[in-house]
Amino acid sequence: MYAVRRWSVRNAGMLEWLYNKFFSLLMRLHPLFDRIGYSRLEAPMAAAERVIKGFMFDCRMCGQCALRSTGMSCPMNCPKSLRNGPCGGVRLDGGCEVIPTMRCVWVEAWDGAQRMDNGMVITLVQDPLDQRLSETSSWLRVTREGNMFADQESEGRD
Amino acid sequence: MNDVAQTRIGGGKLEATLRRGDFAVTAETSPPDSADPARVLERAGMLKGLADAVNVTDGAGARAHMSALACAAILARDGIEPVLQFTVRDRNRLALQGDLLGAAALGVPNILCLYGDDPSAGDQPDAKGVYDLDTRDLLSTARCMNQGAFPGGRAISPAPGLFIGAADAPRPLDENWKPDGILAKIDAGANFFQTQYCFDMDVLRRYMARLADEGITERVYYLIGIGPLVSAKSARWMNDKLFGVHVPESLIARLDGAEDQRAEGRAICAELLAELRDIDGVSGAHLMAPAGEASIARVIEDSGVLVARSPAV
Amino acid sequence: MGLGPVDPTNPDQPPPGSSSPGRLERVLRAGKFAVTAELNPPDSADPRDVYERALVLGEVCDAINATDASGANTHMSSIGICSLLSNAGYSPVMQISCRDRNRIAIQGDVLGAAAIGVCSILCLTGDGVQAGDQPGAKPVFDLDSISLLETIRTMRDASRFLSGRPLTTPPKVFLGAAANPFVPPYDYRPLRLAKKIAAGAQFVQTQYCYDIARLESYMERVRDMGLDERCFILVGVGPLASARAARWIRSNVPGVHIPDEIIARLEGAEKQKLEGKRICVELIQAIRDIKGVAGVHLMAYRQEELVSEIITESGVRSGRRPHDHHKRAQKNTRPIVHKETT
Repeated sequence: MYAVRRWSVRNAGMLEWLYNKFFSLLMRLHPLFDRIGYSRLEAPMAAAERVIKGFMFDCRMCGQCALRSTGMSCPMNCPKSLRNGPCGGVRLDGGCEVIPTMRCVWVEAWDGAQRMDNGMVITLVQDPLDQRLSETSSWLRVTREGNMFADQESEGRD
Repeated sequence: MNDVAQTRIGGGKLEATLRRGDFAVTAETSPPDSADPARVLERAGMLKGLADAVNVTDGAGARAHMSALACAAILARDGIEPVLQFTVRDRNRLALQGDLLGAAALGVPNILCLYGDDPSAGDQPDAKGVYDLDTRDLLSTARCMNQGAFPGGRAISPAPGLFIGAADAPRPLDENWKPDGILAKIDAGANFFQTQYCFDMDVLRRYMARLADEGITERVYYLIGIGPLVSAKSARWMNDKLFGVHVPESLIARLDGAEDQRAEGRAICAELLAELRDIDGVSGAHLMAPAGEASIARVIEDSGVLVARSPAV
Repeated sequence: MGLGPVDPTNPDQPPPGSSSPGRLERVLRAGKFAVTAELNPPDSADPRDVYERALVLGEVCDAINATDASGANTHMSSIGICSLLSNAGYSPVMQISCRDRNRIAIQGDVLGAAAIGVCSILCLTGDGVQAGDQPGAKPVFDLDSISLLETIRTMRDASRFLSGRPLTTPPKVFLGAAANPFVPPYDYRPLRLAKKIAAGAQFVQTQYCYDIARLESYMERVRDMGLDERCFILVGVGPLASARAARWIRSNVPGVHIPDEIIARLEGAEKQKLEGKRICVELIQAIRDIKGVAGVHLMAYRQEELVSEIITESGVRSGRRPHDHHKRAQKNTRPIVHKETT
């Protein structure tokens, strides 16, 4: 929901802390997930993710969550789905070029990034989307790969 | 042929040959994985003077290669008439229209509208399949532009004169078969069809007779797909894996029995090429062979089909 | 003239450290103040219409941008225009927008561009489809401008496609991006330029500049970060035809900021078109004086005939000979129309 996702950006610092805790928990659950079987967990996990992140961030289930790198503002809400925004069409009041009544997702992202401890990862280059990962659970993928940045290959890139 | 427009910029040799009633021969080339224009002519150059036009494939197998439009422009400048293939997989309508107009301005008079293999078929499966238009939309887009306007309404002056093609696949038909798909493409603007491989002349005769019954062969030109088989093994592979393609056992047996299977494959192709001329409703042949431009060139020469044509006016 | 990637006006070897044999890179690396301009493509299947438009720009421009369905309105595609320009002896900058093509088509277009003589490519996000006359078109955005830069850099420097498949000959291209320091989020814009440079941008062309103060504060941060030494920055300019036109642009074109003072000046003028041209010349002269700026990029929509005058009056090309490629262009401008031949 629009109002909620704007709230999330304003509270990006707190959400960053929460997510780090959540991620540590996921890492501890990895052996359990492994035993149950990641493929079995896919459907329920994706469903949970869709509900929770959908509410908080208007998540579109791209399967490659980059929220930590975009100031808690989901880039898939951008009509151009820019993974490295903003574009040059931002309106002077911060409104989106394509949907003028909506605040530019990346103006929000910059705002959120400044409220986070590790917000400057926003300056890292994000890879283009792998369309095949659409609708899959990002949480599971990150856990399985044991890497908080499994969704964004940011190694060595500035 | 009432469906073929009369006055336009463009109007190439392929169209002129077909309108004269002569048997046309087209071939196919694929753009290279290179930024060097010389590579384009290395292979396609072998077809100069032999094929009336050469198809340039567009992202075949869902793989990136040199842009088909650039490749076609390079051929056109070298005096080889292209048929530019357009798939709807990689570009939306804005890009497709832009490239159609670009094609006309760069001397590419013919286009073939195709759907395109899904990205999962190639080495870039993470790409987004666009499919903003389907084949029929693309055909009608090209016709709309031929008539002097973009689909959005803006005028194009002077208008392009593209000769518009679509694809088909001759095969055994059951009684319930309806020609709706083909008719829809013709109504959308197709002037000619190039088909998938058809090696079975009996099947082809029956198919063309059905098309004639439906009045289709009076409205559009048909160029039948054939090619030089390289071996019995590859013929069997095609029967297994290539949907809609059937190589008759008799031909496979010939290949099996031959000492030089490649040469036999070329000989078979040359014979088929000659046979096609006598089938009602067939206006030409479309020769395809992956990286086989040299083979195709030999087949055309060996078949003698060009010699048998009336001299161009 | 061959079709390979060679600067049509200068067959000498490009200076060391060059990514391309093109004229734009050569001029910039020589430290000269570069001038580029945008060509508005005609709605025509006749190549001569493109040549006519290039003629008015050719003398004063080091390179000509061929737009890619700018404003989401279809015209002849950029690669088509570039092929014609290159054939006629001009130095094209091919614009690639991420809006209309996926990564398969884009990589193909990059190879095709290099094969037909393009040496400079500008990587853009692209205006939204709602801006154009076919708003029902499906927006693609499979890549964004930054992953586009990286993609082309990979093709050029690692000689392979994104998928890993090798190229037999890589495209030797000078890579550019767009920048817009004039809209929010203002503090992020220099960082975004840094991101583009990290992704491979070697030059940028900015959106229209009507606010020198804003440009100066942007350039100060850019200089602090050392970005002007890693990337050539060309600032966008264009003449406003009237106060009404300016107001229309301000309300209807997102991304362009026109300050009140400019509109007031136009309103107060007797001959608004002349005043608009004068303002443009003054802006160019002010831009020239800002440290770190490497050139200007003219976008004279519907007023292309003014480009030559504006540049000459501004004096930014003093000491440089006009380009003579337009004379060469006369020879090669027969349209390629097929005739029936044996």
